[in-house]
Amino acid sequence: MRRVVVTGLGVIAPNANGVPDFERALREGRSGIRRNEEMAEHGFACQVAGVPQGVDELAEKSFDAELLMAMNQAHRSVSLASLEAWLDAGLVRPAPEDDRVDWDSGAVLGTGIGGMDTTAGKVVPLVDAHKVRRLGSTVVEQVMASGVSARVSGILALGNQVTTNSSACSTGTEAIIDGCLRIRHGLAERMLCGGVEAASHYIWAGFDSMRVLARRWNDAPEQASRPLSASAGGFVPGAGAGVLLLESLESAQRRGARIRAEVLGVAVNCGGHRGGGSMTAPNPDGVVRCIRGALADGGIEADQIDAINGHFTATGADPREVASWARALGREPGRMPALTATKSLIGHALGAAGGIECAASVLMVEGGFVHASRNCEDVHPEIEPFAASIARETRLQPLRAIAKAGFGFGDVNAVAVFGKWNP
Amino acid sequence: MSKEELFAKVVEILTPYAKNRAALAAVTPETHILDELEVNSARLVDVVLAFEDQFDIEIADEDVDAVETVADCVALIQQKLP
Repeated sequence: MRRVVVTGLGVIAPNANGVPDFERALREGRSGIRRNEEMAEHGFACQVAGVPQGVDELAEKSFDAELLMAMNQAHRSVSLASLEAWLDAGLVRPAPEDDRVDWDSGAVLGTGIGGMDTTAGKVVPLVDAHKVRRLGSTVVEQVMASGVSARVSGILALGNQVTTNSSACSTGTEAIIDGCLRIRHGLAERMLCGGVEAASHYIWAGFDSMRVLARRWNDAPEQASRPLSASAGGFVPGAGAGVLLLESLESAQRRGARIRAEVLGVAVNCGGHRGGGSMTAPNPDGVVRCIRGALADGGIEADQIDAINGHFTATGADPREVASWARALGREPGRMPALTATKSLIGHALGAAGGIECAASVLMVEGGFVHASRNCEDVHPEIEPFAASIARETRLQPLRAIAKAGFGFGDVNAVAVFGKWNP
Repeated sequence: MSKEELFAKVVEILTPYAKNRAALAAVTPETHILDELEVNSARLVDVVLAFEDQFDIEIADEDVDAVETVADCVALIQQKLP
């Protein structure tokens, strides 16, 4: 089986844009949660969100005017993150007039919701006003689910498989797993993988209506995202893009590329909406099987896992998730690996969460740290036995391996284990 | 608006769509929009919408079929202007 490594990262996140600042933000425990005026104006119960800042300015520096006219927010974020990952891997951005295609490089770039900001902000108002022809030529590519991966393929002349996956909040992690398997099977040398989601009150409205968003912290945005906490009362919606450049070890070594981490083991499954699972809740047996599946896939011993960047969203599911990790790894409360929740800093970026949080996990295993998991000074009573494992301050510690999980509506699960690269 | 001003405005609207920057730099009324400026034909509908917005006119789809050069655009807009 071919080994797969991470040679590039790209991030557009609520607390930082670009990998160097994102790593600083993680180490500082910097929050990207702010008050959101659109949510307030439209009468949302939750009026805080994690919205990446300055994305348009970055996009204007990187893409030409014609391209920008056809790029909604998701296109801009995913293109910036993909371009950063590509350059971070030491690859060269092709000129638009260069007709060569890179047949060995592809992309799996997912989205949970798709171009709903364009649908709601442009398609519906214009069609309802009987102004169909005013939509112009760029609407389809912005609302089609695969628009995000298609956009990136055009910028980088990707000629291998280019597709968009969607599995709700496990989308970004699933994309990385899909790309990893493709490289393992010898079908591609390099795959840009991850997820993207736009920041839009239209996207978040349904979650607000479900009462799953944090609604008691509108006056203290940085305290609103509270995974693992007794006072957690729902997630804070987020947005952005996180992209990993996955590469076969042979290709990376042939190019002399800097290797950030190895993808050791991966697994996806579904709990089948049974055994306590449903459209909106995970079947714990499915979660445990998925974690164990990722370990088995990589031939990883449970005690090699030194840190867990969980799905931990700050809903009632956090205690059950911790219990599932303990069961899957066979760890007693005092012997759990370090626990952290990137969502405590950036909120829940839905389809982008897995991409951004896998990028965070790669940075942690590469740099030997576990970033601070904020806002759980009052650990949930059911998680209290594991409290000593929670990184409430950033910990500097060498990690042999870090496990990242993403769970999504539909009872779908994705787990990826990233290992420290030792040349 | 003079013909020269109209021409300059049309070129300005075409600018972001022109893939051939050399052809754009040397643009004349006779320059062909698709063949020389290498504007993506799918984007012509956006160019026409930009004309409509800029000059506050309406352009029928049939009118667009006859447009090939920058001069054709200028003539079409002139014909629609009040």
